[in-house]
Amino acid sequence: MKSAGAILVLILVLIPVPWLVRSDFWLNFAVLALYYGFLGQSWNILGGYGGQFSFGHAAFFGTGAYAGAVLQLQFGVNPWLALLLAGVAGGIVGAIVGGLSFRYGLRGSYFALVTLAFAEVLRILADSLGFTGAGVGLQIPLHPSPVNFQFAGKAGFYFVILALTALGLAVAWYIGHSRFGARLMAVRDSEDAAQALGVNVFRVKLAAIILSAVLMALGGAFYLQYFLYVDPEIAYGPAVSIAALLAPIVGGLGTMFGPLVGAVALQLLNEASESAIGAAPGLNLVLYGAALVLIIAFLPEGIAGIMRLRAGIWRRRLA
Amino acid sequence: MILALDRVAKRFGGVRAVSEVTFSVARREIVALIGPNGAGKTTLFSLVAGSLAPDAGTIRFEDRDVTGLAPHRIAALGLVRTFQTAQPFERLTVAQNIAVGAHLHLAARGAALQRAAEIAERVGLGKWLDRPARELNVAGRKRLELARALATEPRLLLLDEVMAGLNPTEVDAIVPTIFAIRDSGITVLLTEHVMRAVMRLSDRVLVLNNGRLIAQGKPADVAADPAVVEAYLGRGATPQVAGELAHG
Repeated sequence: MKSAGAILVLILVLIPVPWLVRSDFWLNFAVLALYYGFLGQSWNILGGYGGQFSFGHAAFFGTGAYAGAVLQLQFGVNPWLALLLAGVAGGIVGAIVGGLSFRYGLRGSYFALVTLAFAEVLRILADSLGFTGAGVGLQIPLHPSPVNFQFAGKAGFYFVILALTALGLAVAWYIGHSRFGARLMAVRDSEDAAQALGVNVFRVKLAAIILSAVLMALGGAFYLQYFLYVDPEIAYGPAVSIAALLAPIVGGLGTMFGPLVGAVALQLLNEASESAIGAAPGLNLVLYGAALVLIIAFLPEGIAGIMRLRAGIWRRRLA
Repeated sequence: MILALDRVAKRFGGVRAVSEVTFSVARREIVALIGPNGAGKTTLFSLVAGSLAPDAGTIRFEDRDVTGLAPHRIAALGLVRTFQTAQPFERLTVAQNIAVGAHLHLAARGAALQRAAEIAERVGLGKWLDRPARELNVAGRKRLELARALATEPRLLLLDEVMAGLNPTEVDAIVPTIFAIRDSGITVLLTEHVMRAVMRLSDRVLVLNNGRLIAQGKPADVAADPAVVEAYLGRGATPQVAGELAHG
């Protein structure tokens, strides 16, 4: 219950940000940090709590983005409804990927490679099919209006991604406080033991990948509205798969706030390295990569790991 | 009969790990399955619990054919195993570990955690409830295996060497726990290397050697059986050892 209170407080604290932060740069920073945190939370559901490391979350992200675009452009669906349907489409792709790979017992690196392959196949399809705009991609015409899920300023998008963040945190909270979540974490730590205690491992993993894919697809549909454009590389390329797994790994795998903390840290690192050596394009990526290596080498439990360690020390001092 | 095996067989390539094994277990019995290393005890357990499917034969649990059923289905029917090498859910606390078992029949989180606390008390893990399972030592992990299995409310419990790796004091401490489990109405089938515990605990002993059942009966009778002593120690060892085993 304490953690539910923490979520509520965090969201309430974040609501007034657009009124306090007048700079467009920092509001954009906040939107992107929440956005990457949300993608990270999606990955965290399956990878952090479920121990199934996907390298192909782009498969769900891209499906969400393309579903949103195709529904609006080809079928004239309202973008808000398209957002919901994008989530459904992502869930279906998640069910297919999970159904096939978990049915055949793929684990560890085999599962990771299969997810990567699914994303690549979808990228190639999107690159060649007409209704996805092939290599050119799809552009959403500009009609700024809240009804169209298009906002004149960044504040509107900020509230949408904040709502999605709240949804992601609620899912993580549910996993920490439910039978489903208990079973998911049990499967992560030992499939054999979980099965021996009556857990249907296949069903639990399938539910987790569907849940994760729905969130990721919502992230894809959000991206589409924010940038009003999608192409095969953006949608199904490896960049977004990596972005989704980095935030929880840096912030703390299988923790509720880990993905958000990781996304904020990475976003700060990104901006800092860019402004430090902005003159030499590409060099900022080297700095970014070096920092990542250090984090992963020295903080295997992510930033949440330090906090837990600190909390332990404090508790001992107080006791 | 709560459990009945009829001519169960399993081979791995050319090796007959278990061949033509037939036996049954009555309600509220404590039956020990013993035998030298590699006799097929763990394989037999895996067959009964569904982790492996037999090549031949049938396994009946409470008069229901469970041959080849998936492990989680068998567990849901009330037949639950523990593992020889304890497999705690390392990143979960002791209470959360046990709750996974309790969730088999309790959907509500609160109810499962409460049940976990009761069971932890019963197996002597009460003080460890909120500690991560990875901090437990070997004896603690064995107790945790037991606790998780108990939390599923089984009617037949398969214990795979719950005493292996324990020191004599720890063995003496776990024996009453197992008696208490039986007295609560649960049938126990166990494999064990610690003969002292087998002699004290079991109503009946089954001896497996090279995948075959070579003897069964009361502990003292089995210990005196020349075929059993030979299986353990080789030909000609009977006279010296029979006495020791019987008094062990």
